[in-house]
Amino acid sequence: MANKPGLNQRIDEPTGTQTVGHQWDGIEELDTPMPRWWLWLFYLTILFSIGYVIAYPAWPLLSKGTEGVLGWTSRGQLANELRVADDGRAEFRNQLAMIPIERLPENSQLMQQAVAGGRAAFLVNCVQCHGSGAAGSPGYPNLNDDDWLWGGDLKAIEYTLTHGIRQPGHEQTRMSQMPAFAGALDDGQMNALIDHVLSLSGKGKPNAAGAQFYADNCVACHGPAGEGDRAQGAPRLNDAIWLRGSSREALREQILQPRMGMMPMWQGRLDPVTIKMLAAYVHSLGGGEDFVEVAENPAVQVDEQP
Amino acid sequence: MNNPDDPIVADGVVKTQQPVSSAIAEPEATTERHAPAEPARQTLPEKLYAKREVVHNQRIDGPFRRFKWFVMFVTLAIYYVTPWIRWDRGPYAPDQAVLVDLANRRFYMFGIEIWPHEFYFVAGLLIMAGIGLFLVTSAVGRAWCGYACPQTVWTDLYQHIDRLVDGDRNARIRLDKAPWGPAKIARRAFKWSIYVLVGLVTGGAWILYFADAPTLLRDFFTGQAAPVAYITVGILTFTTVALGGFMREQVCIYMCPWPRIQTAMLDEKSLIVTYKDWRGEPRGSVKKAERNPTAFGDCIDCRQCVAVCPTGIDIREGPQVGCITCALCIDACDRVMAEVGRPRGLIDYATLEDCEREAAGAEPRPVWKTLLRPRTLIYTGVWAAIGLALLFALGARTHTELTASPDRNPPFMLMSDGSIRNSYTLRIRNMESRPRTMEIGISGLDGARMWTGTIPAEQAAPTQKIAVGPDAIQTVRTYVMAPAGTAATDFNFTVVSLDDQRETDSAATRFTAPGGE
Repeated sequence: MANKPGLNQRIDEPTGTQTVGHQWDGIEELDTPMPRWWLWLFYLTILFSIGYVIAYPAWPLLSKGTEGVLGWTSRGQLANELRVADDGRAEFRNQLAMIPIERLPENSQLMQQAVAGGRAAFLVNCVQCHGSGAAGSPGYPNLNDDDWLWGGDLKAIEYTLTHGIRQPGHEQTRMSQMPAFAGALDDGQMNALIDHVLSLSGKGKPNAAGAQFYADNCVACHGPAGEGDRAQGAPRLNDAIWLRGSSREALREQILQPRMGMMPMWQGRLDPVTIKMLAAYVHSLGGGEDFVEVAENPAVQVDEQP
Repeated sequence: MNNPDDPIVADGVVKTQQPVSSAIAEPEATTERHAPAEPARQTLPEKLYAKREVVHNQRIDGPFRRFKWFVMFVTLAIYYVTPWIRWDRGPYAPDQAVLVDLANRRFYMFGIEIWPHEFYFVAGLLIMAGIGLFLVTSAVGRAWCGYACPQTVWTDLYQHIDRLVDGDRNARIRLDKAPWGPAKIARRAFKWSIYVLVGLVTGGAWILYFADAPTLLRDFFTGQAAPVAYITVGILTFTTVALGGFMREQVCIYMCPWPRIQTAMLDEKSLIVTYKDWRGEPRGSVKKAERNPTAFGDCIDCRQCVAVCPTGIDIREGPQVGCITCALCIDACDRVMAEVGRPRGLIDYATLEDCEREAAGAEPRPVWKTLLRPRTLIYTGVWAAIGLALLFALGARTHTELTASPDRNPPFMLMSDGSIRNSYTLRIRNMESRPRTMEIGISGLDGARMWTGTIPAEQAAPTQKIAVGPDAIQTVRTYVMAPAGTAATDFNFTVVSLDDQRETDSAATRFTAPGGE
């Protein structure tokens, strides 16, 4: 365009620049050339893009793109960064792998790191049932409180995590079964039993019929005063915490057709160090119990499995 | 050249030799001497771009030059010495008197330590610096530009290097015009390497404000300093050499906003460097004046004032944005006036108002009247008020602070015996440079006991002692247990430092319970 002067093109007198030749209501536009520095920058970007296309993945082809001579990929970069991050944590993971979990509280720094790592793992693996605040929901235990079905010290928590609860086909899993009492009780007996169970925590009227049925059928697992048994995962009945509700209707359902929770075993899915960190996190939520050394003091009754 | 009515046309821009100072002071004046500087434009100037002419200012000595030396020495001394002043703060804090510790987010200035959340102190200082510039401008004009501005100080430094290496004005002009040959290349290379050295020392001193100076200096030369140190020194070396070594007065005239703001702030009562045109005009050499004594003023048109000017302007054209009021032209003119036996002060510090009075033959206003006018007094008042407010805030601030954030998921926890537990994250701030023991407590929640992430539940009590590190924030995971039946309620966490200071703070928060909100 610049070489062929158009119809209305002329040299603008004050500026000495050629006009583009259009007119809009007498307003003309100057054909000012690009600034030299701008042009050079533009040429430089073109040069840069040529180098870039050679060095980096650039052109999408049918099945995959060009690869670039540097062999760089964003996936590879991510993998590298993850590996570097893992390397940075390697020493901590080694330490954690070496230390027996019951001795973890002695090393408060390691404990803190384990709790932090456990929190991250919890948010990925556990929140689906236990909730992001670990507060649970009906049927899924609250992990913040001081009520533990299978034991609340670090070692017991780690065992539960490793082997799960009622995990089919796994011998070491925590296993127990409450029988169904459907058909064994008429309405009167049922009411009496419910009254008795509620009375254990001061919420119902004690009565002889209920007490008798309880003594015959329930004491073996739940204990004479409803104190439960952690060896069998039998819940305490004399406290304020009810996993499946404390209404009469809830109790009736649970006696007739007991529902029992199931937790998957994490051995094989998570590495032992992550399980350790998860145990530390759950223990740190506020209800964690101290581990009682069995061997040192045989007189102390330890009321949990392994 | 000598006829003020004969305009010069350079680069297509019509210039004039007529002074404009009086014209500005009294626009209505219609005498020829007071005519506006630029005649009405007939046509557009052909070029709006003026090529820079390198300023080769001549050496001059005089009271103002000596004052400039003094200010340069003091400002550079402050700049280079400050990072090396030590200030004992005990074993837990750095002993550098002035330190901007970006890594640990602390700002130390002698006895004052500022945390990031107190940055309003720094903002206040900057506002004071801004108003201080207004105050200085209203009292003594562009004194900042002329003496204290780093651009001025470093430009001055580089101009002295020019003089030292290449000789004075005429030698430098000759060298500039000389073709490039081995001798010129060697000379320029030598001079520019001194430029770079000065730049390095400038940037090198800057980074000492951001880390322990002796350690950083050693690390810097052994190659162990952080990359950001080398990058900063590199950038500052480049900017120092570029701005002070090569761009010089162009920074003041084209880049810096401050001269533009000041042109708006100056009025007829502002102290400026002025050519007293009623005394000097019309100009004429000593010989001409001898032949015809009544036809000529005091100015002998020796152009010494132009030769010594570091920004290359002609002050006789009147006040202009290029004048940084460094007063070197006063020194030059006074010396010439002494040689030709005329009174000093043809070019002098004066206000335009005084100029008018002097031109009319009246006594100039006393200096205190110029200084103590409402504008300067108001600036002083505002400046001092901000300073006092900052000092008060600094003295009244407490070195202990507490914040509490309750857990929202889950909001509360029912325990097996029916009691209710809430969890909080407390942050206890200890702004003293020593470890302190703080006691946290609960007020407004009956029967509540608490324990923490490190204090086990068996030791639950209404108050707990927490060790807080020096100059640190201690995050404490806190569990508060209230008896069964407690209703949801607002309450306060309290903290008291268990030392002589007994500083206290409290944080309002809420205890959540079942059945409540």
